[in-house]
Amino acid sequence: MSESLLEISDLRVDFRQDRRLVRAVDGLTYSMRRGQTVAVIGESGSGKTVSARAIMGLLPPTATVTGSIRFDDVEMVGLPEKAMRKHRGCGVAMVFQDPTRSLNPTMRVGAQIREAIQTHEKASRGAAQDRALELLELVRLPAARERLEQYPHQLSGGMRQRVMIAIALAASPKLLIADEATTALDVTTQAQIMELLRDLQQRLGMGLIMISHDLGLAASFADEVVVMYAGRAVERAPTRMLFAHVRMPYTRALLDAIPRLQNVSHAPLAAVPGQPPNLALREPGCPFTPRCPSATDQCREHAPALEEHEPEHLWACWHPCEDGVRA
Amino acid sequence: MSTGAPLLDVRHLVQEFEVRAQGGVRSGVVQAVSDVSFTLAKGETLGLVGETGSGKSTLARAILQAPRPKAGEVLFEGTDLVNLRGRELLRARRQMQMVFQDPFGSLDPKWSVTRIVEEPLIAFRTAARAERRRQVAEVLDRVGLDPERYGDRRPRQLSGGQAQRVAIARALALDPALIIYDEAVSSLDVLIRAQVLNLLERLRSELSLTYLFIAHDLALVKQVSDRVAVMYLGKLVELGPAESLYREPLHPYTVALLASIPNPDPAAPRAPVAKTIQGEPPSPIDPPSGCRFRTRCPRAQEICATQEPPLRRLGEGHFAACHFPVSRDSPAPAAREPARLAGGTHDAARAD
Repeated sequence: MSESLLEISDLRVDFRQDRRLVRAVDGLTYSMRRGQTVAVIGESGSGKTVSARAIMGLLPPTATVTGSIRFDDVEMVGLPEKAMRKHRGCGVAMVFQDPTRSLNPTMRVGAQIREAIQTHEKASRGAAQDRALELLELVRLPAARERLEQYPHQLSGGMRQRVMIAIALAASPKLLIADEATTALDVTTQAQIMELLRDLQQRLGMGLIMISHDLGLAASFADEVVVMYAGRAVERAPTRMLFAHVRMPYTRALLDAIPRLQNVSHAPLAAVPGQPPNLALREPGCPFTPRCPSATDQCREHAPALEEHEPEHLWACWHPCEDGVRA
Repeated sequence: MSTGAPLLDVRHLVQEFEVRAQGGVRSGVVQAVSDVSFTLAKGETLGLVGETGSGKSTLARAILQAPRPKAGEVLFEGTDLVNLRGRELLRARRQMQMVFQDPFGSLDPKWSVTRIVEEPLIAFRTAARAERRRQVAEVLDRVGLDPERYGDRRPRQLSGGQAQRVAIARALALDPALIIYDEAVSSLDVLIRAQVLNLLERLRSELSLTYLFIAHDLALVKQVSDRVAVMYLGKLVELGPAESLYREPLHPYTVALLASIPNPDPAAPRAPVAKTIQGEPPSPIDPPSGCRFRTRCPRAQEICATQEPPLRRLGEGHFAACHFPVSRDSPAPAAREPARLAGGTHDAARAD
């Protein structure tokens, strides 16, 4: 068993849309060790969710996946559906943003967890029910025994997300992907769920990929951060290094645009102009060029590759930010 | 910031909804807003924070009389809206506009941007067509959308940020005095959100607008607010100037909300949230007796279950409804009628 749990290299995902090709993920490369927490950060359309779904083998048939995703020394790209089904759940499990839409409203909570258990192992109804209770206690759902007999609508948003996490853990996955798993929740609930995820991750030794738009969450919970823009990874580093030495102007812009408690009321936010690029118009150069304060002709013509410029710190930029200088 | 009488004076506002269980049996009353009072000065921004179900949106709608509140008064420029009917209410409403969270849900998908922004002008018969079109172009320009380029587009041809700018333009069309933003930037991406927030600030100073800014994100609210009000389960639990409320939160719920914000600095020390708040909010159908926060509060004592803490002044313009406020000492909870403190000068007994 190698130290590395997941190795993604040069991953590309294309969608065919109105005879045009939309490249949602463009040459993504990163790897993670067992038990590590990686945050994949980006805005809508940055390719963070599509890349996660590629790991799960959950992309629609209109998607073409190339490159390599090695999970636990097995190549996932091009894996037949039957093998993929085994991989899902036991290998990788995923928790989505909206627990209401992920749960079956007509089934009791207990039955839904049992189903997840019995899909992966032979277990009697009683044994599966016992395990379901264990799982609900593991995710610290209050009054777990009674919840087994309840329907999703009888639970709050936070409780439903705990049930989703219990289902995801049913087959003891080696990697859990939380795709904006706390975005729809209230702030205090969000913090509780994040603390739960970190606790479970440490206790069970799982790898955790947090997909989020929130750099604040990444700062608090991840070991390593991958920042994505327009389908590419543009900066990657261990969390503390990234936040202390931001290099990519896009990461800088994201950080500066977050309202902070220390800010004085009515102080304007540093906001870069413009919008993310249209992924169907594949233009040369760095995709952040039109919005970037330090862009030059070089940026318009040649896209910089993601390279390790400092130990463990990778970025894709011709004109990286210097320490202590705001873009 | 404030001059003379407040623009909006909300007094003892109550909003309740009956919930029927299956078969039309009355199963309870949701106490969505319970006895909420505050004022809003002209040109001021009041931030309103709280979690899902705290009653923030219901409060906003009750102010607009849509639907009318169960009890209480809403004085807008000195006139009680609760007593207004028909044409008079319409005229008052013209002064108050609202912008919602989901721009695509609040813009008619079949209408062009121009038509959407022109609609309120048509409804209030403000001017002839040519003049209206000129006003639409002006207001689109103001929110940063080129009328030539965007005027004929449909909502689906806009990005989230652009659609929200259209919703803001529509709110501005009638030249209102008060705009209520109900989570208006919450669903936007970080960079677009910063753009729209800066736009709101610019509009406020250019047009001397008054804002009620509702959001669940405390850091976001601080960015735009002069004062901040915190709601929990239908009650106003804390109200104060933005700076002192964030520097020195008095209500344990505000403390918990502040502790829940993920800090974008990994080197910053981070206390576990579990120490500041437990569990999830109870149902507003049967709220806890006494203080509604007591079931989740780490500081709750016996008195919290029996006596409801009134909103009292504990600092300069800073109010909290708590028997054991966090930063300052509270008077001994023995007295039946808690004394009204003139300022937070007690520093003795309880050490934090």
